[in-house]
Amino acid sequence: MNMIVGKSKQEDQQMKNNAEIVFETKDLNLWYGNTHALKNINLPIYEKKVTAIIGPSGCGKSTYLKTLNRMVELVQGVKTSGEITYRNENILNRSFKVEELRTNVGMVFQKPNPFPKSIYENIAYGPKIHGIKNKKILDQIVEKSLRGAYIWDEVKDRLKENAYGLSGGQQQRLCIARCLAIEPDVILMDEPTSALDPKSTLKVEELIQELKKDYSIVIVTHNMQQAARISDHTAFMLNGELVEFSDTDTLFSTPMDRRTEDYITGRFS
Amino acid sequence: MRRNSQMNEEETWHVRDLLTENKSAKNRSELGEKFIPKLLLFIALLSILTTILIVITLVTETIGFFSEVPLLEFFTGTVLKPLSQNPEFGILPLINGTIISSAIAMLVAGPIGIMTAIYLSEYATDRARRVLKPMLELLAGIPTIVYGFFAFTFVTPLLREFIPGLEATNILSPGIVMGIMIIPMIASLSEDAMSSVPNAMREGALALGATKLEVTFRVIIPAALSGIISSFVLGISRAIGETMIVTIASGSSKNFTFDITQSMQTMTAYIVEVSGGDAPAGSTIYYSLYAVAMTLFVFTLIMNIIARYISKRFKEEY
Repeated sequence: MNMIVGKSKQEDQQMKNNAEIVFETKDLNLWYGNTHALKNINLPIYEKKVTAIIGPSGCGKSTYLKTLNRMVELVQGVKTSGEITYRNENILNRSFKVEELRTNVGMVFQKPNPFPKSIYENIAYGPKIHGIKNKKILDQIVEKSLRGAYIWDEVKDRLKENAYGLSGGQQQRLCIARCLAIEPDVILMDEPTSALDPKSTLKVEELIQELKKDYSIVIVTHNMQQAARISDHTAFMLNGELVEFSDTDTLFSTPMDRRTEDYITGRFS
Repeated sequence: MRRNSQMNEEETWHVRDLLTENKSAKNRSELGEKFIPKLLLFIALLSILTTILIVITLVTETIGFFSEVPLLEFFTGTVLKPLSQNPEFGILPLINGTIISSAIAMLVAGPIGIMTAIYLSEYATDRARRVLKPMLELLAGIPTIVYGFFAFTFVTPLLREFIPGLEATNILSPGIVMGIMIIPMIASLSEDAMSSVPNAMREGALALGATKLEVTFRVIIPAALSGIISSFVLGISRAIGETMIVTIASGSSKNFTFDITQSMQTMTAYIVEVSGGDAPAGSTIYYSLYAVAMTLFVFTLIMNIIARYISKRFKEEY
């Protein structure tokens, strides 16, 4: 683990100068009915970096994450103001095609949610709905995605079996592979390891380190050690507000805000 | 510890003593614990016993029938003339009528039922669903005699506007009305199956950029397939067993034909006709009732077995 962290620091230094912004959030407000869930959020998400969002339960971190691919709209009565630009286009604009956004911005959920289909069909689902029908190409995509999520060796002999026969950790890596199959630009992860045992958690964390070479990752986590271990930037949210955002080392060593310090030192949670 | 003993001294009663004092009550409840399960078992056996007795009656009387009419003649005969001078007992006209009316019913109920289910489960807002589903289930509560009446006095005249050759009693009209009767069953059971697919599945597919239709047809329906198919099979078995609608609206011609504008008789309608008339006990025509009832029973039994098999076989685990 230490080695990986050291390496990421080096990369950090190299890339800091020319890091591009994927998502830019400007004055974002969000209401669930009358509940003001997100208040004036301003936050950049950098390309090919891991951005962690931490904060106590109910602080709005998952809501913010789901706003980035507009999954938040599945809740009835959601209203937003402000803007989120993805590659310089405002995704909150009604005319922005949400399917196109979600094709570029993949998501991994808190609880593994493979489809009740075979392992192969789980991966092939995304490419198929986007029009890829060639069996050979699909085979290659399936293998590539499963390799990319470091689960190929465990499942290569049972691709036709139902995905629910896998362990929880394997299911979660399968869901990551499913997400990789359509080669998104950004991957959103909503507490991806909270339902996993420590060993599976470690595997997923290592996987995230590998993935950030090719993908921009935003991860919501309850686990501050995890945020410190795997992320390049960290945002701390509290009661729907963004309290502090900086690179991870700074946020954990010298937090600017008193509330951040209280939270990361465990004075409240 | 000290505090505890102090408290005990202040109390005038002790829980332990109260528990031992009430031992007699405990004995009484032991009696109940032993006796009541036996009573429940007896009552449960009662309904099983009734079923067994019905089957035994059916089988013995059917055997009586086949001693007079050969088995082969019964199952391959295309002529059914129970009341003629030289009676003929071929069940094929009845089986034909049953299958055709059920097929028409399923052609109506299948597509409408599943589309209703898709709308209710995937597209309707909570409020729309809360209003629509009970209304739909109300349809299922209408007595079948009302449906029969509706078929005879409304649907048939209406259809005759479009199909001039349609007879006053025909199989088409009761088939369609039977379909309308079965819609709520298929819609409701399929909707249950689709709604019980976890939301996480929908989210997973939506997050891959799937449209709502793609989620419905490529994730939700496959996942709910076992429930949907068994709702179809139950619908078919309901159509096979339906009696009143066909008796009223399809007449009693024992035609062996595939022309749906003509009158046909189903197995159930035959039983109504014969048992309503004066079939003297012990006569061949009286025994034919049991043979037809037995065939009907086997039909619905097979459908139920298929439904069970399918719901096990196609169950997608999630």
